[in-house]
Amino acid sequence: MKKLAIKAVNDFVIKFANVNGSGSASANTLFAKSILRMGVPVSPRNIFPSNIQGLPTWYEVRVTESGYLARRGGCDFMVAMNPQTWDKDVAEIEPGGYLFYDSTRQMPQSKFRADINVIGIPLTEIVNSAYNDPRQRQLFKNIIYVGALSALLDVEVAVIEQLIAEQYKGKEKLLPPNIAALHMGRDYALTHLDCNIGLKVKRADKVGDQIFVEGNSAAALGAVYGGATVAAWYPITPSSSLAEAFAKHCKKFRTAEDGKARYAIVQAEDELASIGMVIGAAWNGARAFTATSGPGISLMQEFLGLAYFAEIPSVIFDVQRAGPSTGMPTRTQQSDVLSCAYASHGDTKHVLLFPEDPYECFTFGAEAFDLADRLQTPIFVMLDLDIGMNERLCKPFEWDDKRQMDRGKVMTAEDLDAGKDFGRYLDVDGDGIPFRTYPGTHPTKGSYFTRGTSRDRYARYTEEGDAYVDNMQRLLHKFETAKEKVPQPIIHAAAHTTRFGAIYYGSTSPAMHEALDILRETGLHLDAMRIRAFPFSDDVLEFIAAHDDVFVVEQNRDAQLRTLLMTEGAISPAVLTPVLHYDGTPITARFIADEISQKLKLLHVAPLHSVSAKRVGGENK
Amino acid sequence: MTYLAKPKLHHPNLPRNKLGYTRRDYEGAISTLCAGCGHDSISAAIIQACFALDLPPHRIAKLSGIGCSSKTPTYFLGNSHGFNTVHGRMPSVLTGANLANRDLIYLGVSGDGDSASIGLGQFAHVMRRGVNMTYIVENNGVYGLTKGQFSATSDKGSKSKRGAVNADEAIDMVGLAMQLGATYIARSFSGDKEQLVPLIEGAILHQGAAFIDVISPCVAFNNHDGSTKSYDYVREHNEAVNFLDVIKFRDEITTQYAPGTLQEVVQHDGSILRLRKLHENYDPTDHIAAMNHLAESRARHEIATGLLFVNGEPADLHAAANTVSIPLNMLDDKALNPGSAALAKLNAALR
Repeated sequence: MKKLAIKAVNDFVIKFANVNGSGSASANTLFAKSILRMGVPVSPRNIFPSNIQGLPTWYEVRVTESGYLARRGGCDFMVAMNPQTWDKDVAEIEPGGYLFYDSTRQMPQSKFRADINVIGIPLTEIVNSAYNDPRQRQLFKNIIYVGALSALLDVEVAVIEQLIAEQYKGKEKLLPPNIAALHMGRDYALTHLDCNIGLKVKRADKVGDQIFVEGNSAAALGAVYGGATVAAWYPITPSSSLAEAFAKHCKKFRTAEDGKARYAIVQAEDELASIGMVIGAAWNGARAFTATSGPGISLMQEFLGLAYFAEIPSVIFDVQRAGPSTGMPTRTQQSDVLSCAYASHGDTKHVLLFPEDPYECFTFGAEAFDLADRLQTPIFVMLDLDIGMNERLCKPFEWDDKRQMDRGKVMTAEDLDAGKDFGRYLDVDGDGIPFRTYPGTHPTKGSYFTRGTSRDRYARYTEEGDAYVDNMQRLLHKFETAKEKVPQPIIHAAAHTTRFGAIYYGSTSPAMHEALDILRETGLHLDAMRIRAFPFSDDVLEFIAAHDDVFVVEQNRDAQLRTLLMTEGAISPAVLTPVLHYDGTPITARFIADEISQKLKLLHVAPLHSVSAKRVGGENK
Repeated sequence: MTYLAKPKLHHPNLPRNKLGYTRRDYEGAISTLCAGCGHDSISAAIIQACFALDLPPHRIAKLSGIGCSSKTPTYFLGNSHGFNTVHGRMPSVLTGANLANRDLIYLGVSGDGDSASIGLGQFAHVMRRGVNMTYIVENNGVYGLTKGQFSATSDKGSKSKRGAVNADEAIDMVGLAMQLGATYIARSFSGDKEQLVPLIEGAILHQGAAFIDVISPCVAFNNHDGSTKSYDYVREHNEAVNFLDVIKFRDEITTQYAPGTLQEVVQHDGSILRLRKLHENYDPTDHIAAMNHLAESRARHEIATGLLFVNGEPADLHAAANTVSIPLNMLDDKALNPGSAALAKLNAALR
């Protein structure tokens, strides 16, 4: 009987199982980028341990001409380079899929599967005969397998060579050995292997002018364009690379002619100090931010309340991850929604922005600073590990050179001299937002004492209940004003009129869009709304009211956005059905589609027209 | 308790400083602390120092944490912006403020609970970063606002008002600041204005991390027998190592002293710290000798006061960050935004 072999062009998942610290990351990225350069979209993801060297790490690349950038699940081609995880990796391959491994050492037959196609290449033998230095052996082994894969999958070798040349620009000495290693692997495969396998990459034109970038780097660039000058942070995965990218971008874009820095970055002693520095800088008129993750948000709670009550513009990039301690936290989640929305003691509510990809990480990253100054309150930009630490294909960044920083309501020395009435907490034009002065503005007018609470409209100390209530009501009113200023939700209307809706946000976007296509193919139609910010605009409540049932798709256990919708929109829990994925892996389209179609079955919803379900991919993890 | 404003009327012949301000222009609201509180004397010393230095009041930013001491910025420099932050975290807010605008003068006011207990970490890091500021700890060895618990600077064996004996070792803020790299370190006593005012002046003129530990007795909870932070105890054990005169660079030096009794330290801004030696071998520019002297005097249960250490050429956080001389909060779009052309180039590199 002929063995089953998956056949697909530009539509498969290839997964690299490596050992952390073996230098595989740059080779794997090289592989993914070369497919991108052939005009075929890819969506790679790092699945990495809390470790620097030795533990297993995976790099999963979805090759997707149709442009579905979510994690698909399953694996069609496994590059098994880690003996530790061999059994699990082999088990994960789809029936008819391919196993690529280092055949230098004989493996017992029991370690393979009958229903997969095995491609062995003696990588260790090849490197040992070509190189003497152990480090070289390890590094070039990675390039050699990329060479072999290029032969097997038809990745254009010239494209890879070009990418290597770009990588070693300025370090040309390193170029020839890398090219040689690439060809060593490629030639071996062409000579010794049957390269006529079912999975192929074929040049296409589906990438266009899109860019390939990590969300953390994009958000940091947004902070540069948003005019941030002070950054204070404490290292925490998965947000550290955001602060580090800010340093890199600033060095490039913010170094004055005399070599001096138009920015200041402090690696603080902890997250409390980070947010404290941000608040101090912002109080003093600079644009400032911190980057952190869930545990950092927990530590910042007291200061965040102060910033809310004292009305200090500040920006917090929260790159969300799974719960406390170490280990799972290097996996993705959307589990800080509630802890950010209501951060701190006392009655507080905060503005949250939910970027879906690096493009929005950049735009929201810049806009957060205008919003912070305009609304005089902390603004949270809610990334997660999935978009923060993976390179993602997205629209190119845009900037309008006519745009200027909106510093909000700031009273100047001229205003004060002109006799304008200054009350730090006085609402002069009905939007709940008062004027502020920067310290040092005027010798005799406009100074005030900043406190959390206990002050009247003119910032004079008082413990009177009426003054407290007056202030709290104004803060609520200010939050109403925020509704119109934050990024508005985006609706994807179904092709057919439907009683059902779905709400999603952040990194769930690509999986949701793909899921909607899958559901449509099976005759299930849903209107979908992508929420981009909290407080929710009226459109969100109208969308929910316009449907009998709304699925709220999230990557956390407790349906946190659903809770926020129920609480803030006074919506009955009965109309909001949670769809929750929280095992630390990015949510998949198949998971969403399965969950929603099963739940619709329980509601006895018949598909609008019967279309046979199309295979979209492997099982969900 | 609501805001208490002081009457604006004052005597027309009050002396004015070089900017034309009277001492009253440096005052704040009426203090709500207990009568006789050492903290009020420190507020008065701050007012006197700022007046004497001819500082424009609005160019000073005063920041504090939480506690009795941290309430005091309301009671001085009413024309300065103030920020009552959260407990133990004033140093980080001050650091951020300093980064935003290097041209203002930063005054951090804190207490022993605020800086030695909940805020010990931030105290340590603000010193080691060399933030250009004057950091005053109003040290009474007790939690006043919460009614009389020991603080981390209470001496081991000292007695609380209720008779409890403190079993924990005291944290010596001066010793810490010495180790952590503060570049102007002084200790004084709220009851000795003659000594305190010039120490504050010198600290303000110092272009780095200046720390003053001011022992400031709490009349309500820590002024009894058995306390080592009472007025009587501090007076008995006070051992001043020197007496400071601060001479701003443009002032003429007139007083004459006998040779060998004076030491002068020229600070970065040109001001001169003229020290009259009260202890013959004490040299506050010798870090290790100063540390040794302080350890010895502590072992003798003496409270060494005066200017304990100074480095006339300190480096501050802005030097380390290599920031531009114009304050960061003044930079405009042109200085900050790389524009669309740079973005297009960046996009091209990401394909």
